[in-house]
Amino acid sequence: MQQLPDVIRQIPLNNYVWFSAALFCIGIIGVLTRRNAIIIFMSIELMLNAVNLLLAAFSSYKADPAGQVFVFFIMAVAAAEVAVGLAIIVMIYRNIQSIDVGILNKLKW
Amino acid sequence: MIQLVFIAFALLSVVSALVVLLTNNVLYAAFSLLVTFLGMAGLYVIVGADFLGVAQILVYIGGILVLLIFGVMLTNQKGTKSQGRNDILTENTNRVIGLVVAAGMFGLLYFVFSKGHFAEVQASLFTDTPLKATTQTIGLQLMTDFVLPFEVSGVLLMAALLGAAYLSTKQK
Repeated sequence: MQQLPDVIRQIPLNNYVWFSAALFCIGIIGVLTRRNAIIIFMSIELMLNAVNLLLAAFSSYKADPAGQVFVFFIMAVAAAEVAVGLAIIVMIYRNIQSIDVGILNKLKW
Repeated sequence: MIQLVFIAFALLSVVSALVVLLTNNVLYAAFSLLVTFLGMAGLYVIVGADFLGVAQILVYIGGILVLLIFGVMLTNQKGTKSQGRNDILTENTNRVIGLVVAAGMFGLLYFVFSKGHFAEVQASLFTDTPLKATTQTIGLQLMTDFVLPFEVSGVLLMAALLGAAYLSTKQK
């Protein structure tokens, strides 16, 4: 018999699954359709957040805190990613005066 | 009651995520991302991960979002789109491909999730236990079982900060 607080138990796990799936798909559309590099970044953050919430929800329903530790590490890595990515975007802007990804097509085959 | 709170936070997050997806103004996207992160922090608290809710507000809203807004400020010039410069207004392209890929991904997720029978959380399966804060357990885990990943993530953050500072210096 597992133990779980009553407050958590009132919301089925499926709700979190569908919410995370919806947010993840919104992030995918954002990455694929937006042209501004910073908004693509924001969409990546949305996808990371959706996955984080699902991980926290599963760990909570299993009453195992290890999943929440993983979420903590994912947050640390996401912070590092944003720092480096924004530095790269600012350098791109200094060089070509634009961060429109449609212009950055030199590597396109 | 708690279901209503869940629905409110979930709707808040999804609607402001849609604003991020659909708005033309980069700054509006940044501010609606703030609302999304707030809703996610509320959902963390509802799911019983109180430490992660606070960490979400501290790291995402206090750190990442401020960085993103600084990025918006550093990469935009006022109304110079006609000269090939960057503008605060932006648009969508490849809408069909994006929608198709996302619909395919959602279909795949739907297939997987409906195959996997997640435990129906019933009163018979679980006994009630008082809700307790997770901060102490997470701290203990970080300092015992996960101490190596903890130190490695510290080194990673240090390296990322040094790399970002090096990348954004003017003269090389």
